[in-house]
Amino acid sequence: MAERSFAKEVEKLRLGDGEEFAGEGILAITKALLQCGVGYVGGYQGAPISHLMDVLADAQDILGELGVHFEASASEATATAMLAASVHYPIRGAATFKSTVGTNVASDALANLASGGVTGGALIIVGEDYGEGSSIMQERSHAFAMKSQVWLLDPRPDLPSIVKAVEDGFELSEASNTPVMLQVRIRCCHVHGHFIAKDNKRPPMSVADALDAPRRDTGRIVLPPASFLHEKEKVQKRWPAAVAFIRKNRINEIFGSDHGSVGIVMQGGMYNAVIRALQRLNLADTYGDTDVPLYVLNAVYPLIDDEFLSFCEGKQAVLVVEEGQPNYIEQAFAAMLHKAGRGTRLVGKEHLPMAGEYTGQVMLDGIGSFLRAEAPHLLPGEVRAPNKSGEGVDTADLINVVPGRPPGFCIGCPERPIFAATKLVEQELGKHHIASDIGCHLFSIMPPFELGATTMGYGLGPASASAFNSPDAKRRSISFVGDGGFWHNGLTSSIGNAVFNKNDGVIVIVDNFYSAATGGQDILSSRAGNKTKSTKHPITEAVKGMGVKWLRHIDRTYDVGKMQATLREALTTEEKGPKVIVASSECMLNRQRREKPLVDKAIKGGERVVKPKFGVDEDICTGDHACMRLSGCPSLSVKSLDDPLRDDPVAHIDQNCVGCGNCGEVADAAVLCPSFYRADVVHNPNRWDRFLESTRRAVIGLLQRRRESRRLMFADA
Amino acid sequence: MLDHNAPLRPKAGAHDDDRVIKLAVLAVGGQGGGVLADWITDVAERNGYVAQSTSVAGVAQRTGATIYYVEMARDTGRLPVFALSPSQGDVDILIAAELMEAGRAIIRGFVTPERTTLITSSHRIAAVSEKIEPGDGRASSEKVHATAEAAAKRFIAFDMEKIAADNGTMISASLLGALAGSGALPFTRESYEQAIGAGGRGAKASLAAFAAAYDRARGITGAAPSGEMAEMPAAPEAGSGLAAKVSGPESLLQGWQQLAARIDALPTPVRDMALRGLKKIVDFQDIAYGGEYLDRLDRAVALDDAGHGYALSIAAAKHLANAMCYDDMIRVADLKTRSTRDSRVRREIGVKDGTVLQVTEYFHPRIEEFCGTLPAGLGSYIESRPRLAAFLDRRINRGRHIRTDSFAGFTALWFIGGLRRWRRRLLRHKVEAEHLERWYDLALGNVSADYALAVEILNCRRLIKGYSDTHTRAQSKFDRVLSALDLVRGRPDAADWIRRLREAALKDEKGDMLDGALKTVASL
Repeated sequence: MAERSFAKEVEKLRLGDGEEFAGEGILAITKALLQCGVGYVGGYQGAPISHLMDVLADAQDILGELGVHFEASASEATATAMLAASVHYPIRGAATFKSTVGTNVASDALANLASGGVTGGALIIVGEDYGEGSSIMQERSHAFAMKSQVWLLDPRPDLPSIVKAVEDGFELSEASNTPVMLQVRIRCCHVHGHFIAKDNKRPPMSVADALDAPRRDTGRIVLPPASFLHEKEKVQKRWPAAVAFIRKNRINEIFGSDHGSVGIVMQGGMYNAVIRALQRLNLADTYGDTDVPLYVLNAVYPLIDDEFLSFCEGKQAVLVVEEGQPNYIEQAFAAMLHKAGRGTRLVGKEHLPMAGEYTGQVMLDGIGSFLRAEAPHLLPGEVRAPNKSGEGVDTADLINVVPGRPPGFCIGCPERPIFAATKLVEQELGKHHIASDIGCHLFSIMPPFELGATTMGYGLGPASASAFNSPDAKRRSISFVGDGGFWHNGLTSSIGNAVFNKNDGVIVIVDNFYSAATGGQDILSSRAGNKTKSTKHPITEAVKGMGVKWLRHIDRTYDVGKMQATLREALTTEEKGPKVIVASSECMLNRQRREKPLVDKAIKGGERVVKPKFGVDEDICTGDHACMRLSGCPSLSVKSLDDPLRDDPVAHIDQNCVGCGNCGEVADAAVLCPSFYRADVVHNPNRWDRFLESTRRAVIGLLQRRRESRRLMFADA
Repeated sequence: MLDHNAPLRPKAGAHDDDRVIKLAVLAVGGQGGGVLADWITDVAERNGYVAQSTSVAGVAQRTGATIYYVEMARDTGRLPVFALSPSQGDVDILIAAELMEAGRAIIRGFVTPERTTLITSSHRIAAVSEKIEPGDGRASSEKVHATAEAAAKRFIAFDMEKIAADNGTMISASLLGALAGSGALPFTRESYEQAIGAGGRGAKASLAAFAAAYDRARGITGAAPSGEMAEMPAAPEAGSGLAAKVSGPESLLQGWQQLAARIDALPTPVRDMALRGLKKIVDFQDIAYGGEYLDRLDRAVALDDAGHGYALSIAAAKHLANAMCYDDMIRVADLKTRSTRDSRVRREIGVKDGTVLQVTEYFHPRIEEFCGTLPAGLGSYIESRPRLAAFLDRRINRGRHIRTDSFAGFTALWFIGGLRRWRRRLLRHKVEAEHLERWYDLALGNVSADYALAVEILNCRRLIKGYSDTHTRAQSKFDRVLSALDLVRGRPDAADWIRRLREAALKDEKGDMLDGALKTVASL
């Protein structure tokens, strides 16, 4: 069950011809798929397309009505391999995942799919997680399109344009027998906008129809001699067909005057940013009307030579706006101009940065710089030579004040105690080599834990520690992998590999019952029932099945002492081979989302409910913050006391505490201090509760009064 | 015609009708920034505007800093080209859901004096880096306030988190109220309220928080143009302690009056701190202990004078009190079994009538704590025999979860708290008293030669805190800082050096910064 429910929004998927759709970009793409008569959809979650998977999962009824098959794929490779259904059959299929990490995983299947080519339209929707807020390496999907010879669409970032790009993508794929990648940038996925809907279409041929009438054609299979022919087919047949389609259907757009001395070429996704820069230079209006010639590449691969050359006709200089590097588009255009013997100057990364996100300021500076250099007459005086007055305030001091705020574990996260225990074990046994993995647990590399040396890929934590396996070593390596990564490919790449190669290291599998970092999607080992998927497959069984002999299962990660003892044992035991610890507790974000309404309802309904919360005795806390160095919980923070005798702020637990128990367990395991207490509030107590309470309070009250009547009491103490 | 030599006609902003309003929300993941952005988009659309909102959801939302961005323009029938992220110098309204996020917005150039209305909640959510320092690692709020006043066209700041919490809802509601109240958008109050109402669940609480923040922001808008500073924690009223009520048996009250009379005899600047210290001391032990405290304090006062503003005596009053009220098992047990503590827990947890409270305490005593609570002779005897100590430690040293709402748990602690009357004979007291005397003598011994240095030596007491290993580490830092005394004594900046060393010691857990600073001192 995903973190966000789209149960309400998916009703928008039923909108018919002429009705206005209002909503998020990702939902618009889903609607577009249905309007195109897609026959099957698969994918793997990850920002920014997680919501696309969640929408599809919540839309199963609608998909079922239309005869569309949906699959939550095991990995991006699985999702791409699924598109094999479009190889022989005229069925439209779509796969979606995060790029470039997902594209990396998918590239084996992508290459094979691209080689044989497709009959039905095959669309790969890649969510680009590039730039600010990204959690992955900064690379370009463009390279994948080029090396596999598949086409890449990069539409303008508004809902009508991305919906049209989905339609264009399927048609382009069918016209050229080639899979098409559609890249959507992260902010575009989450943009709220409008478009006019069309009716949904049933797929003309369903996967059921295909199963009833199987086809095969050796010529489509990647095996010599067919594979050599595929390469020729790509350049002789499919490429020209794609170019013809893009040109004929005007996939790329031209705006502005048709006879300026300068022009700007851009990836479609950069269009709004270019217009904003022109608006700020007084060269475009609110609606994007401008006299500056613009060539907008909604298809960034392949490029259309004559379209580009005719755009350059009569222009002295053209700027290429291409985010990221290498600058493949700029290089290709430069070659075209050179080969055509044209004199137009082509510039790009001279005015714009080689690397990094093209933010508003970068675009303003870059386009401003280009125009000042190549066409200063276009610019109003104040832009050409802006007055430097009123430069704003000096923020140099502020930079030293404002603290960084990287992402971290949520309130009550069950992974926090695992890393608190690891830190405590390291205090005992010294530092170890720690390999991290992708997922929420990667936050362990941040303060206050600062554990972890590398992260090599999803499910590859233990694999990335595989070199650290030496008979001479006095210390073992520790590696982490999440349950998401484990099922994605960790079971074979990491666990199987460690068993086979007799790795002596310690492997911790962080099991939080979901693919939590991507929004809490279900996976094989999820504990909840799922109507359409098979869950409740224990990780421990899979690990045993792989041949692991030393296996421990901790079913409550908040038990820091036990976690610490188990890690210690794993690091020191005489036993050879991989030592695997499965540490299981439910993701608190999902648990709260599931339990809170139930608990509130139960309390309202008069049921006996015990609600825990933690607190700190501020007069016992000495303000050392040792507890926070083992926690980092957003709910555990510092607070100033209104007491001149005390210099340092004390620990304080705010109202958002979910009572996970980490504070108390850590104070206990690390022998910190006695200032933490757990307060369990019993709602709707039964008679026995009341009886005990009144008796206890009577006795305790008596003792308290006895002592307090014999000492001085200060009203404000 | 582009190849014309004249500049193009101005395009953007030519008509007010199609001007794009740009609004950014900087929040901490989990604050409900997405809800706020949705509300704002809804309000705009209700008022005949086209609006677009974007965000970067995903991992960055897990408690990290995150941005939501909304652009809107009057609906003229044509779709404007909106940008998907805010640009430096191009934001009309900036909403920060936490004070440091306002600071971050200023640093990133999203706040400009010509156009930006900056609306921020003045409350703080400490970042991890601020929390993990052993001292006070919190960033300066004053600096952000001061810069914001200069950086923004209008600056509206108050504690919107408190307003939200008071009304039982999330900060998004009070932020929306502040936005509406600021009048920065040309929309009516009703349209905001309709947007909240459309959300359904929890709408009532949200509307209440909205209204409170709306009024507050209106008040600020109507006030002096300089804007209003957010509430800072009020400075404690001088002498507020003097008025405190004391109750107890007559004999003790008489003793207290005598001690209080001695406070009145102290120089005026010293009285407030001395009275606070005295109360802490008497509360910790008894009247006689209070007398000891004042005797010790008198030694400092005798060496002090008005010319120095009695800095030495004030420091002595403060740190003597802290040193004499060391954190032993007796104190912890005593504090945990008081009726005032019970009421405080009930208040903080929000225990309502008809519910039952159960309180579990987390203890982890070691042999050291055990010996500290034994008579000095017996405690030292055990401590000097490592095998015996280890044997006992194996039986004592483990986590104990004690229910102080239960009879057995409470009585056990109540009994330990009652050991107070024998405290002076126990090992821990002996150790603490010796340590205190050494430190205090050292400080006072320096007064005649270097007054400022003596004050700094007193202030080093701040380093001693924590329990168990943390306490041991604190002691070591204290010793390491004072080890530099011989190196700096006689230098005109000796006091400064000790202060710097102390500050370095409070920067990290192990004292790595301190070691670095000590190397510098050694090279002087």
